[in-house]
Amino acid sequence: MNPTPAAGTAKAEPQQTHLLVEFKYTSPLLNCRFDPLGPFMFATAQDNTILRWHIASGKATPLAGHDSWVRALAFHPTASTFYSGGYDGRVIWWETAAETPQPQRTIEAHHGWVRAVAVSPDGNLLATCGNDNLVKIWNAADGTLLKECFGHANHVYTVAFHPQRAIIVSGDLKGVVKEWDIATGEQLRQLDAPALWKYDVGFGADVGGVRALAIAADGKLLACAGITEVSNAFAGIGNPLVVVFNLETGQKQQQLGTTAKLKGPATGVRFHRDGFVIGSSGGLDGGHLLFWKLEQPNEFFDLKLPDTCRDFDLHPDGLRLATPHEDKTLRLWQMTAKAK
Amino acid sequence: MKCHYACRSAEHLLERRKFLGTLAGTAGAATMSFPRLLRAAMPELDANQKHILVFWMSGGLSQLESWDPKPKTDTGGPFRAIPTSVPGTHICELLPYTAKQMHHLAIVRSVNTKENDHGKGAYCMTTGRRQEPVADYPHLGAVGAKVLSPEGSPLPGHIHIATGGGGGSSNNAAFLGPKYASITLGGGGPPQNTARPDNLTEAADRQRTAFRAQVNDQFARRRRTAESDAFTSSFAQAQQLMERRDVFDVSKEPAADLERYGSHEFGRHCLLARRLLEHGVSCVQVNHSNYDTHHENFDFHIEQLGEFDRPFATLIEDLVQRGLWKSTLLVVMSEFGRTPQINKYFGRDHWGMAWSVAIGGCGIQPGAVIGKTNANGTEVSDRQVDHSHLFHTYLRAVGVDSTAKFDAAGRSIPMADPAAGPIQELLA
Repeated sequence: MNPTPAAGTAKAEPQQTHLLVEFKYTSPLLNCRFDPLGPFMFATAQDNTILRWHIASGKATPLAGHDSWVRALAFHPTASTFYSGGYDGRVIWWETAAETPQPQRTIEAHHGWVRAVAVSPDGNLLATCGNDNLVKIWNAADGTLLKECFGHANHVYTVAFHPQRAIIVSGDLKGVVKEWDIATGEQLRQLDAPALWKYDVGFGADVGGVRALAIAADGKLLACAGITEVSNAFAGIGNPLVVVFNLETGQKQQQLGTTAKLKGPATGVRFHRDGFVIGSSGGLDGGHLLFWKLEQPNEFFDLKLPDTCRDFDLHPDGLRLATPHEDKTLRLWQMTAKAK
Repeated sequence: MKCHYACRSAEHLLERRKFLGTLAGTAGAATMSFPRLLRAAMPELDANQKHILVFWMSGGLSQLESWDPKPKTDTGGPFRAIPTSVPGTHICELLPYTAKQMHHLAIVRSVNTKENDHGKGAYCMTTGRRQEPVADYPHLGAVGAKVLSPEGSPLPGHIHIATGGGGGSSNNAAFLGPKYASITLGGGGPPQNTARPDNLTEAADRQRTAFRAQVNDQFARRRRTAESDAFTSSFAQAQQLMERRDVFDVSKEPAADLERYGSHEFGRHCLLARRLLEHGVSCVQVNHSNYDTHHENFDFHIEQLGEFDRPFATLIEDLVQRGLWKSTLLVVMSEFGRTPQINKYFGRDHWGMAWSVAIGGCGIQPGAVIGKTNANGTEVSDRQVDHSHLFHTYLRAVGVDSTAKFDAAGRSIPMADPAAGPIQELLA
């Protein structure tokens, strides 16, 4: 198998998606991200480690710095810097390509878990969110806190920068999505995705949340991923769902569900440059990569994975995907036909 | 005619308890103002009366996310351990308020009930025995109500406080009889059907009750039976309970306390537990639901323990400050713990092999930590105990000889499993 990137303009063929390579570790994996500029692949693990794999050689480098699980990785668009956010409440700056990356800067970013970290398109700002119900904006160069965004009443699960406008978008446990003005930290608008949340009376707890969100490259659409129609909160039995909003009108445009009952949440979502949406899911029915056309409510292709899937990333080449798994394996996939 | 006084058979007591637990509106209304019975004064709280307060962590609280954290191990999960008010003792970071009260509590970290089934685990933990096809044993609260409640108490001796509506009586007293079975206060409200219906005026009620008393007295003079006495007694107790309905009204507590305990349902339930104990109820169980986290154990423990921690710690603080701690045994228990192994869905499953119970008050050694699990919590490594040892310990702590026996219709039944004994290190 050849994990070398294919041409950046080649058209993806989701139905041809096939496994390129597997990277093994000693602990179950949590999240993953491609190094957008270089030869690396990153994942996080239940032993609090960040793993860096050199994709071509398979060489693994463990990075220690967090005291808890790391569920957020984000990369500077042009510099060799990445940022990690952990359940220890910390955000750490790292040099991506160093021989053995060490923490460059550590900030106590949130009281409780840091759930997500995002980098602005120009690389000047970081946005973080967490279990203190806050969204925070930081100077990416020196870690200075610039704004705190107050308004969520529950744990904030995810945050993203708009690709063109000076706003960030965040989503919380109850499916509440908020737009924030970066300059003022003030809330601009609220979009609700109630399908992604329920209070389970028997369980006595809130179930759901915006587990992942993505904004299309043209900035017109927002996708929020999570779980819906939870029938058994004890076992997490519900169905993956992606709620797509039109950011120009603020209206819900589409709900992307699944043909089969997959009994788990959507754990990741991305817009693909070829006009489709990709999601991952993991639950009692195992792991899946799901491919949707925006005009259709159910997926046009469902790739069953070898193990439950906790996240995924799409390489900037638009052709490769990565999935981290509980079976201690990071899998790389190629969305083109296998070479003869 | 010879009077066959109340036979105290289970059947009669069952009827009586059903009556108390779920008073039918009309039947209750008919007896509401039985004047001779209205005067039953609430006994002053006896400083020597012992109480049992159980926190039932329904579904199975994770020991790793509470009393026995194992951070930075393969089973530890994402949470860190924090120091407590007991030097050297750490608990999970999800319990920061409780950590400050740990000098009042003890932890048993070496519980192995070998039971992973909800029903069977609950039975073990609440009765101190394994379920048997040919025998049934009473709940700890029923035993406590039997041996700790003062004679003539107008309030039930065994009360459960649960979320949601409903309520009523249970059948968890086994051979002790329904008198000692729990009455559940659904949603923390008063027992069902204990209010005079709106369409019945007080005057009409008084008139009806007086008429009933007159007829009843006439009947009793010539044809008094055990059955009629039991029925009259039931009316009397129901009447007393209705008169004491305010005991169940947590809004009577100071606003500052309502604030300290929190506005959510569990906070009110903890405050209600304090109120019930202060009014002399022997055994109170507060249920907190739900910890059966096969899926996303960590998120749900944040949510559940985030709600549990502060009111629980506040209640301990209050019981200590109000002088009730030395007479109140507090136990935090579940049907089992949760697997050290984290499953594919970030969940933990049922695990009775190596888990923890927290206990305190009534002379339990404050700050004690009994037993150990191994480095990643997969097995007990020191001082293994089970439900039967714990049950002996609870009884001994409240001053009851746990080797004593009940007389159940001529049969002699040990209060606690005779094959086990108490955890002596915990007892003062």
